[in-house]
Amino acid sequence: MSEPPAPAAGGPLLTVEDLKVSFATEEGTVQAVDGVSFELSAGEVLAVVGESGSGKSVTAMTLLGLTRFPNAHFEGAAHYKGSELVGASDDLLRRVRGAEIAMIFQDPMTSLNPVQKIGSQIVEQIQEHEGSPQAEARERTIELLERVGIPRARERVDNYPFEFSGGMRQRVMIAMALSCNPSILIADEPTTALDVTIQAQILERIRELRDETNAAVILVTHDLGVVADIADRIAVMYAGRIVEQGTLDDVFYDPQHPYTWGLLGSITRVDRPRPERLPAIAGLPPSLADRPEGCHFRPRCPHEFSECTKVPALESRLEGRPDHKDRCWLSASEKRVKREVQPGEIGLTSKEGAAA
Amino acid sequence: MTQHRSGPEQARPLANVETTQAEAGGASTDGSAPLVEVEHLKVFFPIKSGLFFDREVARVHAVNDVTLSIAEGETMGLVGESGCGKTTISRAIMRLVDSTEGAIRFRGQDVTHAGRRRMEPLRREMQMVFQDPFASLNPRKRVGQIIGLPLRLHGSERKEIEPQVRELLARVGLHKEHVNRFPHEFSGGQRQRIGVARALALEPRLIVLDEPVSALDVSVQAQIINLLDDLQDDFKLTYLFVAHDLSVVRHVSDRIAVMYLGKLMEVSPAEELYTKPIHPYTSALLSAIPIPDPEENRRRERMVVSGEPPNPINPPSGCVFHTRCPRATDVCRTLEPPLARYPNGHLAACHHPMNVSPEEVKATEKDRTSPLSAGDELPAASGANGSGLGDGH
Repeated sequence: MSEPPAPAAGGPLLTVEDLKVSFATEEGTVQAVDGVSFELSAGEVLAVVGESGSGKSVTAMTLLGLTRFPNAHFEGAAHYKGSELVGASDDLLRRVRGAEIAMIFQDPMTSLNPVQKIGSQIVEQIQEHEGSPQAEARERTIELLERVGIPRARERVDNYPFEFSGGMRQRVMIAMALSCNPSILIADEPTTALDVTIQAQILERIRELRDETNAAVILVTHDLGVVADIADRIAVMYAGRIVEQGTLDDVFYDPQHPYTWGLLGSITRVDRPRPERLPAIAGLPPSLADRPEGCHFRPRCPHEFSECTKVPALESRLEGRPDHKDRCWLSASEKRVKREVQPGEIGLTSKEGAAA
Repeated sequence: MTQHRSGPEQARPLANVETTQAEAGGASTDGSAPLVEVEHLKVFFPIKSGLFFDREVARVHAVNDVTLSIAEGETMGLVGESGCGKTTISRAIMRLVDSTEGAIRFRGQDVTHAGRRRMEPLRREMQMVFQDPFASLNPRKRVGQIIGLPLRLHGSERKEIEPQVRELLARVGLHKEHVNRFPHEFSGGQRQRIGVARALALEPRLIVLDEPVSALDVSVQAQIINLLDDLQDDFKLTYLFVAHDLSVVRHVSDRIAVMYLGKLMEVSPAEELYTKPIHPYTSALLSAIPIPDPEENRRRERMVVSGEPPNPINPPSGCVFHTRCPRATDVCRTLEPPLARYPNGHLAACHHPMNVSPEEVKATEKDRTSPLSAGDELPAASGANGSGLGDGH
């Protein structure tokens, strides 16, 4: 299930370089995304992890031109198969959206048109991109619905969204996203609104489809359990920046950034005895309109020192591991000591004993 | 702030109540009567249709014969997927929805059909924290007004209110200066703290927490759970904690009840539910939670249940879980299993229990809290085995 990412024949499918997105607001400039860079190859699942306001959704939506508001300002580049997405024309974006890069949104309740039959919503997309005749597009739609696990697809193709449960609607969204065989699937919290038993089914389905079509998946989520289940690589975001990036095992078993330690430490595990108190990260994420100088995690970090007022670059700080990058000034040996709250257990100590 | 009023109108609990509670394995061992008792509760919602007259055409069986008691000082976790009836039970206890059948008692008083006037003195003692911290605070009121409103409604003097509000703010980890701000100036976690402060204002005995942390980020969830834990100790609170997954309730609960399609599947001491789930549905819920450890995840065998919960308008016959259960046999399709009693006050309604020894199965009895429609058929010892999580394929 988590085989190493297949090395792409002709380099990465998508290269994002120093992407910056800011929004002018009454409270000042909100720097939602600040210098995000990553690569994505065919067949791999990249998980973008972070809390609300970390810029993970804005990053994903910017790739499809969905954040082009009048008050938005963009810098940087995103190369996809020879085209540039950040400054792309509306016409180019329309051709890319759905056909090349497709998106599954978080809320299956609001992302389908409530007054249109689900079948015709999918047929519309197929016809728009491929110009297939109505009957053919309809057959394809039924096939797609069957493939994502909707029973009696031939009857249900003419149902309206309200006739479906949350899990079924999310399947419809996945069917729609897959309708034009995209090379990249962006899934923005695809299971957050669903029950756990349904979440397990949907993740299973995304995994199978990745294996069948070799599409690359960008999974935006805050749930490290989901990440451990499905991702090949992880980018951890905090206040608009990627603070750590690496393979699944790198980030889980050798995390380099204190924020990652805090995230890993604060998740509850049903397979372990319960702790007396839940470890929490003290404080709150900063306002994006007024971020602290230097490392943004500094005010919440118990390991802060003088160097932290300068912004650390996202680079590899470990010998022989060029792909495991982080933004923390601590030396690798210091990190190894400081991240252990108890022998063998990674976490974040509370800041100067102050409780959360 | 820390003392509680002893209710002057406290009624003598009914004699049979104490036995019910002991059998249900109530966590409080001091022999006091449970704070909340729910007996054979049914809440059905009618579906109406018709041109001139609303005719009832069907009923949603939201809660279908549930018996449950919560002891003073205890935290009862109530878990299940959307549509299982967990929120409806909590609302029925708060008298926010009407019960169809059965009884609800609060401190021994029957409140099943109590009207506004009879509920008013009791409202002080039962408060609620809602799921969505964005929708549950009036956006046009200042924090001080929001937290002070219950005090004002219950007759506190205006000048008494303000110091109390400031104290409450400090108690839930907010600053006293926040008293004049509006809800939109706060993050989700801080808003939930405001919701908690409002619930605490009247010094209640019972707080119903309806998914209090599901809308929050992971690191903030832990902060709120720790806060709730501290407040319970300080104010001797009783919690009914409603959640849709098993990972969150574990840290706060003394006992956990698992619901499916309006019925109780399993009631267990909290920690035992995770090491020894008896009902296959509980096991499925546990194994559906992804473990945040890649190696562990690859290693473990998961029991993924297929399909979705059936329609509560027309629940399946027999055991309501049989349509999705990997262990279902003919008996499950026809006969509703009673809640069978296992050691440690652990109850499970299943014909094919998991993780129990043949001796334990042989020793089971039908619990008094079983639904009235359930049969007397207890699980057969031969059908049981000591299987683990991955079993059932």
